[in-house]
Amino acid sequence: MAGLRGRRAKTLEFKDAGTQSGPLLVVEDLRTSFRTQRGTVRAVDGVSFEVEEGKTLGIVGESGSGKTVLSRSIMGMLPVRDVIRSGTVHFAGHELTSMDDHSLREVWGAELSMIFQDPMTALNPVKRIGDQIGESLRLHLDMDKKEARSTAVELLRSVGIPSPEDRVRWYPFQLSGGMRQRVMIAIALACAPRLVLADEPTTGLDVTVQAQILDLLAELQRERHMAVILVTHDLGVVASRADDIIVMYAGRVVERAPTHTLFNDTKMPYTRALMDSIPRLADPSGARLNAIGGRPPDLINPPAGCRFAPRCPYAQDKCRESEPPLRTVGSEDHLFACWFPLVDGVSTAPAVPVSLSSAPDGSTTTGGSAP
Amino acid sequence: MPDDRELLDTKSSARLLANPLPGTAATDEAILATEETTERDDLLKQKPFGFLFWFAVGFVGVVILSAALANLLPLQNPNFQHYTSLNQGPSAAHWLGTDDLGRDLLARLVFGARVSLIVGFFGVLIGLVVGGTAGLVSGYRGGRLDVALNAVSFIILAFPAIVAVIAIVTFWKATLLHITIILGIATIPLMYRVIRASSLSFAQRDFVVAAKTMGATDSRIVLREILPNVIPVTVTFSLITMAGLIVIEGTLAFLGLSVALPTPSWGNLINEGTSNGALSTDPFIMLWPALAMFLLLWSINLIGDRLRQRFDIREGLL
Repeated sequence: MAGLRGRRAKTLEFKDAGTQSGPLLVVEDLRTSFRTQRGTVRAVDGVSFEVEEGKTLGIVGESGSGKTVLSRSIMGMLPVRDVIRSGTVHFAGHELTSMDDHSLREVWGAELSMIFQDPMTALNPVKRIGDQIGESLRLHLDMDKKEARSTAVELLRSVGIPSPEDRVRWYPFQLSGGMRQRVMIAIALACAPRLVLADEPTTGLDVTVQAQILDLLAELQRERHMAVILVTHDLGVVASRADDIIVMYAGRVVERAPTHTLFNDTKMPYTRALMDSIPRLADPSGARLNAIGGRPPDLINPPAGCRFAPRCPYAQDKCRESEPPLRTVGSEDHLFACWFPLVDGVSTAPAVPVSLSSAPDGSTTTGGSAP
Repeated sequence: MPDDRELLDTKSSARLLANPLPGTAATDEAILATEETTERDDLLKQKPFGFLFWFAVGFVGVVILSAALANLLPLQNPNFQHYTSLNQGPSAAHWLGTDDLGRDLLARLVFGARVSLIVGFFGVLIGLVVGGTAGLVSGYRGGRLDVALNAVSFIILAFPAIVAVIAIVTFWKATLLHITIILGIATIPLMYRVIRASSLSFAQRDFVVAAKTMGATDSRIVLREILPNVIPVTVTFSLITMAGLIVIEGTLAFLGLSVALPTPSWGNLINEGTSNGALSTDPFIMLWPALAMFLLLWSINLIGDRLRQRFDIREGLL
């Protein structure tokens, strides 16, 4: 069996947390495209950011904005064929984009792991949860079956599963959705990774369980001093939990700022629109949801100029002609891609009929589709 | 966290909902704990297999044991000819009677089971080892390998197995080994297709991607993530294929193309029972092997079906 475990000599050296200088993860100009019959889909188009040790980064965007492809790209978990990836991903002093599969497998699970969206499908239905947690312990930490089992019990305890001694022998179908997501977290954290990529970790769960899972993740993150990248379509999820937030639109970063700054000094109309689309308790009953009209652009033939221009209520001719660069005004760490950024919620674009957030009838100024 | 042990005794979540514990998170976990406990109890109290299943298991067991231990059992020589008692019905001396040469039918039936069982078991084994391995890899890897293996399997499947076997047997001596090998090869593409389809459907699942993100190698994923999921369908299909091979061997023997006489096999026993007008004078000769084969096939199919129901997580709990 030893041969099947792929237990080859470890070739990578990882510096301990603290001894390393600079951010844990540095993504530079990452581009990922898929070749299809219709043309090349640029799903991730020149994304750059850093994540510091122990910090949380939120990546926010609507469906099709490239969030999931971005997280897969960072890991290097992409299909082999018909994918073009360029740019660099530096993780803990190693260049992931140029690594071969054997080296990547030493990083995956051990230093960098992933929590999946749907705990119903991401657990193997015919294996006991204890064995599924123990799998990576035996693979990366060379534990024997017994050690792996007792460590799995401890992990289950740490993710708040009652009577873990019994539960390790259970199968996934015996657990509810929230419990399964806890098991997923236990699996992802088994080898004490330095960075966890959580791809919509709570989308498949109901709201009360969502909060529990996110709190659990935050607690474990503090205890273990891990960095977390929280990918979500829900600004509400990252609002109180992320240190920094990246807003993605059509494969690009359109705004990037510390969480507080992003919410209090929103520059990009798209971010504003995302915030406005969150229903508020104070709204009168029957109020229309502030949906963003239209759809995300076709990533094979993206519109010229700003990609959000066709849906942006403040769009000017300049927006449709030339693409705004990711730039900063004043504060160094607040970047945005807009020619006419909002100032105090009001667009600086000339001759704008009405502010986006105060549309009189509660619907968006762009009209468009129903929520 | 609530005191879980106390809650484990609570069987109905309805009772718990009527008396919710304070604190939402705690209540939620408490309800989860009870629900899960009930589910596990249900699992342990699955529908019993039933009398028919155990009867079938018993019959298959008796056939296998008696065929394996035939030399040790107090049976008569299957080829010895009792000239004084030809074409006898069942009696104390010959429990199932004798044939037109005075041979004991019980002994011939038991020894004849060996051929059927060996062909069925080892034929499937060959198919399973070769076709199953190819199917697992092909379904997981996909790509060119998959296309190539698929094409080969279709080419083999295009030949009707029975015609191919008859053609081969006419110029390759019909021994038990040869028949088993030929039928085993005929089974490979069937096994390949079924296991490939199953492997393919699991290879796309999130838990395979998840295993990959945890640093598992391809061989580890195939053996530890996909194989356990493919086993139920494999077991069921193997049993059904085994029944099919027994029928094919019987057909060959009936046509006189299987193991050479006087070695008994169920197929040639049926053949003897229908030739020279024996069917009208002494129907027992044909009846016993036909009955034995019928019961064996029925039993194997029933076992396969019940096991499938049990292994199927969704159906198993109904």
